[in-house]
Amino acid sequence: MMHTVKLTVNGKEYERQVEPRLLLSDFIRHELGLTGTHVGCEHGVCGACTILFDGQAVRSCLLLAVQAHGHELGTVEGLADSAGHLHPLQMAFWEAHGLQCGFCTPGILMTLIPFMAENPAPNEMEIREALSGNLCRCTGYQHIVDAVRLATATESLTR
Amino acid sequence: MKPAPFDYAAPDSLAEALSLAAAHGSDGKLLAGGQSLIPAMNFRLLQPAILIDLNRITGLGGIERTASGGLRMGAMTRQAQVERDARVAQFAPLLAEAMPQIAHPQIRNRGTIGGSMVHADPAAELPVVAVALDAVFEVASQHGRRRIEAKAFFQSLFMVDVAPDEILAAIEFPAWPTNSGWAFVEVARRRGDYALAGVAAVVTLDGGGKCRHARLVYLNLGDGPVDAQVAAGLLQNESLTPDAIEAAANHAAAHEIDPTGNIHASADFQRHLARVLTRRALTTAAARATHFPS
Ligand SMILES: Cc1cc2nc3c(=O)[nH]c(=O)nc-3n(C[C@H](O)[C@H](O)[C@H](O)COP(=O)(O)OP(=O)(O)OC[C@H]3O[C@@H](n4cnc5c(N)ncnc54)[C@H](O)[C@@H]3O)c2cc1C
Ligand code: FES
Ligand code: FES
Repeated sequence: MMHTVKLTVNGKEYERQVEPRLLLSDFIRHELGLTGTHVGCEHGVCGACTILFDGQAVRSCLLLAVQAHGHELGTVEGLADSAGHLHPLQMAFWEAHGLQCGFCTPGILMTLIPFMAENPAPNEMEIREALSGNLCRCTGYQHIVDAVRLATATESLTR
Repeated sequence: MKPAPFDYAAPDSLAEALSLAAAHGSDGKLLAGGQSLIPAMNFRLLQPAILIDLNRITGLGGIERTASGGLRMGAMTRQAQVERDARVAQFAPLLAEAMPQIAHPQIRNRGTIGGSMVHADPAAELPVVAVALDAVFEVASQHGRRRIEAKAFFQSLFMVDVAPDEILAAIEFPAWPTNSGWAFVEVARRRGDYALAGVAAVVTLDGGGKCRHARLVYLNLGDGPVDAQVAAGLLQNESLTPDAIEAAANHAAAHEIDPTGNIHASADFQRHLARVLTRRALTTAAARATHFPS
């Protein structure tokens, strides 16, 4: 049986009919065409699919699209402003070489947005703990940590 | 699409969920945080005919203080909520210490306390805490509610005392014992991985500083939480000296745990970890019992 899913993603409303077994990650990518959310492992380990669900970082591969009915989602596409200027956190990743291939980056950014709202001045251990659920096979993490430190040190980093 | 096809129901009330659970029996699966169930369905290890989603039921989550000074938690309370609640740190400090060791922040935002208990992975932290603190499980069905002690609740590997027509409604932790110290320590290969071995220790001192009562419960060293009663009993009426702690650690590691070994750790290495972790846990717990008398 098909189910109606009506939800908000990055402030925009969508309505679709879905099969219950459609994962939220596939819904976002294939139904909504928002391919910034990446899919790595599909069993909760890699973090590439991390999105905001009512403001909290969650694995979109471990949620069903039907479960998102009535909820508010945020994906990496929502970070830049409407004129296309990158979010300060994205700028910091750029500045500090926080990415190489970029596959892990959307999940890392969506993990960090609520983390930084809660911890405006985290220390390095806190940053590493926050990142513990996101795998990156390129950077060795050091530049990612640097990027977070840059983003948290310079709240008004120029856009 | 990874999971096999299934029907989906999202009831608003516990009564409705219980009637669906009764109607579908073992063909149905309850969906809580989905952080163990959905991976198993993505791998097609599980192919339920229907998912009964508990997430739209109000009143199945939340933490409250009980009349006797303990804590009562709805089964759908998210792990992240337990982790952040100041009352948990104050009245169930062992639980508070275990919470950040479960998976990653994103998993704990969805994962529930009840889901982890019912899933009953032998490597999971929460069942071990429940046994160490003598928690009580409240299970609902269309016929009413029953209460089960933690030790009886966990039956074996991934098996708990909850029938297909029942839903775990709440978990109650008794009041924190006075003059008691605690420690939850584990070793995992990476932060957030399931641990290779771990232990929860609780010690209660008498007025003279001797050990009146101790608990040692292990994770990933048996079919479920391993309650090492003989080793803990060795500490009774003893001062918690390094020698007494060593003796208890050696006994538990040699006789009470049953490690099977896995690709990451041989059974011998797990025994070694159990010994080292017990020593650390008891040393920390003893110090905390002295410094935080209530
Ligand atoms: C990458 C990763 C790492 C993890 N690491 C750890 C770890 O280190 N330690 C750890 O303990 N866990 C770990 N987990 C598991 C996590 O804690 C899960 O959240 C937990 O095991 C299940 O809780 P849930 O709410 O997600 O339940 P679900 O996955 O929704 O359900 C699990 C099972 O319990 C049943 N169930 C759920 N709620 C009820 C209820 N109220 N009544 C009756 N039955 C119910 C379901 O039907 C299902 O069979 C990890 C998970 C992932 C994806
Ligand atoms: S794709 Fe979701 S955690 Fe890897
Ligand atoms: S930048 Fe390539 S995986 Fe992280």
